[in-house]
Amino acid sequence: MAKMGQSERRQALAGVLFAMPYLIGFSVFLAIPLLTSLYNSFTEYSVLREPVWIGVRNYADVFKDELFYKSLGNTLFFAAFSIPLSTIMAIALAMLLNTKVRGQAFYRTFFFLPSLVPAVPMAILWLYLFNGDFGIVNAVLKIPYGALGLEPPNWLSSVDHAKNVLITMSVWTVGNAMIIYLAGLQEIPQQLYEASDLDGASPWQKTKNVTIPLLSPVIMFNVLMGIIGSLQYFTQAYVLFPGGAPARSTYMYSMYIYDTAFRDLRMGYASALGWVMFVIILTLTFTAFRFFDKKVHYEG
Amino acid sequence: MKNASAWFAALGGALVLGTMVWSEVIVQQPDKKEGKVIVTYWEKWTNFEADAMRVVVEEFNRSQDKIYVEYLSVSNVSNKTMLSTAGGIPPDVAGLFGGNIAQYASNGAVMPLDELAKEAGIERQQYIPVYWNMCTYRGKLWALPTTPASTALHYNKGILEEAGLDPNKPPTTIEELDEMDAKILKRDASGKIVKMGFLPTEPGWWPWSWPSFFGGSLWNGYDKITMATPENVRAYEWVRSYTKRYGLGTVQAFQQGFGGFDSPQNGFLDNKLASVIQGVWMYNFITKHNPEMKWAAVPFPHPADRPDKANTTVIDLDVLVIPRGAKHPKEAFEFIKFVQSQKGMELLCLGQKKHSPLIKVSDEFIQAHPNPYVMLFAQQALSVNAASPPKTPIWPQWGDEIKTALEKINTDPNLSVKDALLAVEQKMQIQLDRVLESERKLGILPEDGSRPSEDQL
Repeated sequence: MAKMGQSERRQALAGVLFAMPYLIGFSVFLAIPLLTSLYNSFTEYSVLREPVWIGVRNYADVFKDELFYKSLGNTLFFAAFSIPLSTIMAIALAMLLNTKVRGQAFYRTFFFLPSLVPAVPMAILWLYLFNGDFGIVNAVLKIPYGALGLEPPNWLSSVDHAKNVLITMSVWTVGNAMIIYLAGLQEIPQQLYEASDLDGASPWQKTKNVTIPLLSPVIMFNVLMGIIGSLQYFTQAYVLFPGGAPARSTYMYSMYIYDTAFRDLRMGYASALGWVMFVIILTLTFTAFRFFDKKVHYEG
Repeated sequence: MKNASAWFAALGGALVLGTMVWSEVIVQQPDKKEGKVIVTYWEKWTNFEADAMRVVVEEFNRSQDKIYVEYLSVSNVSNKTMLSTAGGIPPDVAGLFGGNIAQYASNGAVMPLDELAKEAGIERQQYIPVYWNMCTYRGKLWALPTTPASTALHYNKGILEEAGLDPNKPPTTIEELDEMDAKILKRDASGKIVKMGFLPTEPGWWPWSWPSFFGGSLWNGYDKITMATPENVRAYEWVRSYTKRYGLGTVQAFQQGFGGFDSPQNGFLDNKLASVIQGVWMYNFITKHNPEMKWAAVPFPHPADRPDKANTTVIDLDVLVIPRGAKHPKEAFEFIKFVQSQKGMELLCLGQKKHSPLIKVSDEFIQAHPNPYVMLFAQQALSVNAASPPKTPIWPQWGDEIKTALEKINTDPNLSVKDALLAVEQKMQIQLDRVLESERKLGILPEDGSRPSEDQL
């Protein structure tokens, strides 16, 4: 290996120095906590006392834990409905907002607005909308339900319906994804649409054969982010349904981690839960990546 | 150019370093203020409850010239105290919940107060026993009370009258309570419930306490959880009898019509629910949101076949602790001692309109107290049937499991109550065994596994 000259060494030093803020930040705020939590996951650790090594007991417990399956099931259920629904909603909105109409800027702002509402006030707002006694949702649903001689459900206290509230809420805040889709739509070359017009393609054919394929890299990005985000879903569920009420039907995986760590002071077990979730997210993301990789159409 | 980048890097480094030092300076607040030792005190209360303690703190600060208590109202105080204690920068005094004590004590997160209390002449006999007991764990004193609470049945005399019941003859047995509810129950034309006499799940704050009213208990007090005893099953069957009788959806819809607890839409304060189990604080909310209500408070009914369970009451307690690693424990205790004096305690409890945890109460306190039933609550706390949550570090989790089990029982009319309770028992017994094992290893419990004497539990 050639010896570095003085100036090269200086350059290398400057490079390292410039990278330093990131390297320090990465190790202090990411690498060290990550490794510590990996270590803690093999210990019994109350935060207030030194961790005690217990080998793989936490991991063995995780797979025997009924609440692990319950909260994971709830989270996957939420993800399974929320991701496809929000994706369809976001693409549909983006396509509508991409059409050249008067007041385009107004509509774009208008549909983005819900995403600007902070999570907690939004959860409270939906709490009122879905109230079983005076909520506007049931006031409207009373008409079709009443026609069938039925009562609309008690969304917030029914074990079967509480999760649907969370899914509906998530579809309402697709603004961020919508903006990304909109940007993706504007990247699609106009001449492709002109060409398909000349060939007499219907709007549906244009969507199916031009828009969706050319939008696929953006869809992939949004779906991957959606998987990661919805598996970590916490705030709205925590505000709307304290303790996962009713009967833990809305108890999300991240709520379980939080309660275990900060209410029960079982940081070791909570760390193990966290690492299991990490592996699950990694696997799902990887699978989704492989699935998309064959379908995604990359321009150029 | 090279020089410039080196300068740039140096400047950046200096900035980072400067920020670190600066933030450390902010955290390391001065120890003294005008020659006085500063004692930091974190408390959970807000509103008028916080104001009541502020008056006591100011009184203490005026009473001497060596210590200055800095009083801070902190949300989520138990988590923040826990994390700051783990981080080595706890407050000198923290106002926690009685139910936290075992968890903190078992983890060595708070200082034992026995020595300091002895020096200050603070003794067990001065307190209502149930409150003192909540402050001890494994034979040591870890906390001292601030404001206590016991519960009673609050009822709306007006609604009883409307239903043709004698407002001065409230129910004394569970059976009479059910009858009263049946007479008061009102539905509108569509079948929707608009008025009820009683509803066990409103407010539903102490789901763990129902067995106490029926003569059951959650454990043997030390190492065996007994969730599924016949008394406990009976208690939760009774709770479910309300949704079974009127239909789950109907009851849920009725209850969802209630607003927040501290609002005029509170079911009881809105004249929708004739009676409710509530603590000594309920007086404050009645005067705030429905001052016209004619009401009374009486001991909660007992099952007709268990007259020995009369005067069962749920006990709640707020406490002061000195976290491990506090900088000024001696000065902190001086403040706690002031709060424990009859004068300090009555100032606080009168401000929060609660009863005093001390046995000795001045006539002025009783006369000045606006709650006409304040002595009822003090007497309830002295009852042999005063029920406080189990003293164990696993209580936060255990309590939540009970709450969830009751939700399952209530929402599923076909679920076996016994099975639901057994599931809680099995799950929590494992946790309890582990905690006991680690307490044995740490020398908190005798290593031979023998049961400690009653006062060591």
